[in-house]
Amino acid sequence: MSTPATHLDGNVLAGPLSEVFAVDVTAAERHCAHCGDHGAFARLRVYTDGPGLVVRCPGCEVLVLRLVRTPRGLVLDLGGTGCITLPVDD
Amino acid sequence: MARWTPATLEADRWETPTARTLVLSVPGWTGHRPGQHVDVRLRAEDGYTAERSYSIASASAPDRLELTVQLDPDGEVSPYLVGDFAVGDRVEVRGPLGGWFVWDTTAPDPVVLIGGGSGIVPLMAMVRERHRTGSRALFRLLYSLRTPEDRYYRTELGPAADPGVDVFVAYTRTAPPGSARGPERLSVADLNTHGFPAEFAPVCFVCGPTGFVETAADGLLALGHAPDRIRTERYGAGGRR
Repeated sequence: MSTPATHLDGNVLAGPLSEVFAVDVTAAERHCAHCGDHGAFARLRVYTDGPGLVVRCPGCEVLVLRLVRTPRGLVLDLGGTGCITLPVDD
Repeated sequence: MARWTPATLEADRWETPTARTLVLSVPGWTGHRPGQHVDVRLRAEDGYTAERSYSIASASAPDRLELTVQLDPDGEVSPYLVGDFAVGDRVEVRGPLGGWFVWDTTAPDPVVLIGGGSGIVPLMAMVRERHRTGSRALFRLLYSLRTPEDRYYRTELGPAADPGVDVFVAYTRTAPPGSARGPERLSVADLNTHGFPAEFAPVCFVCGPTGFVETAADGLLALGHAPDRIRTERYGAGGRR
């Protein structure tokens, strides 16, 4: 890697993840099982230089999820290492 | 799930020679919250599609929204939207998207808006929504840009456009002739002078290129603003995505 990869915020996941989840995940709270980082999903780091989207923890860069569109369908890798609390309407 | 819906170009405005505001007619659009974005999808005749995210620039309105798109000559989507997209042409949009980088119009708290370059766009939506809803929340906007020619929304963000919205412009490469402040980057001193003190617990929105956002957010933290009062949105050199 000759240049450092730059990242976007988790905000940008709102559209792509709306194809998978019924609620807006970007407003969810995430607790990282790896480093203990706690905060809004929108704070995650999103790397778009490869195929699809690669999402990492802002605290420790652990892989949180990958989302790739392939000819077979949308592939969602919830690598994870974290707990997500979703806002829901009553 | 958010669905793709057709959006037709109804009118346009040039903000600068390389930034164009698109007024889109989107039947069925029910409005949005200030700070939200849409995904825009282009479809070529051979079926190839390209998608990018763009912040909404306008206040909430039914059946219509405005985007301001900065040309990125190496981009896949912005050259079309800025250079070729003609009135009457159609794209697809999905949204409104994002529930975090959003200003709550019912909150009375003071607001600090910090925009770098085209990062001004979602902040402009907040200023416009404040006006539309008659909110009395006090706004302080810090707008960082390279030269006077790069400035968007000159009239609306002009001198004394709204007594509740203070606007400070920091030019980083070329300042207008006769200005007291030479061209320099937005500094912690600027944030201190032109933002709200941390004791007022303002909600802070920072949008711009990644480096700009990191620096501004670090400056706010150094001034004592609480991390959970700082909301950021960054975009890469390739425009919003």
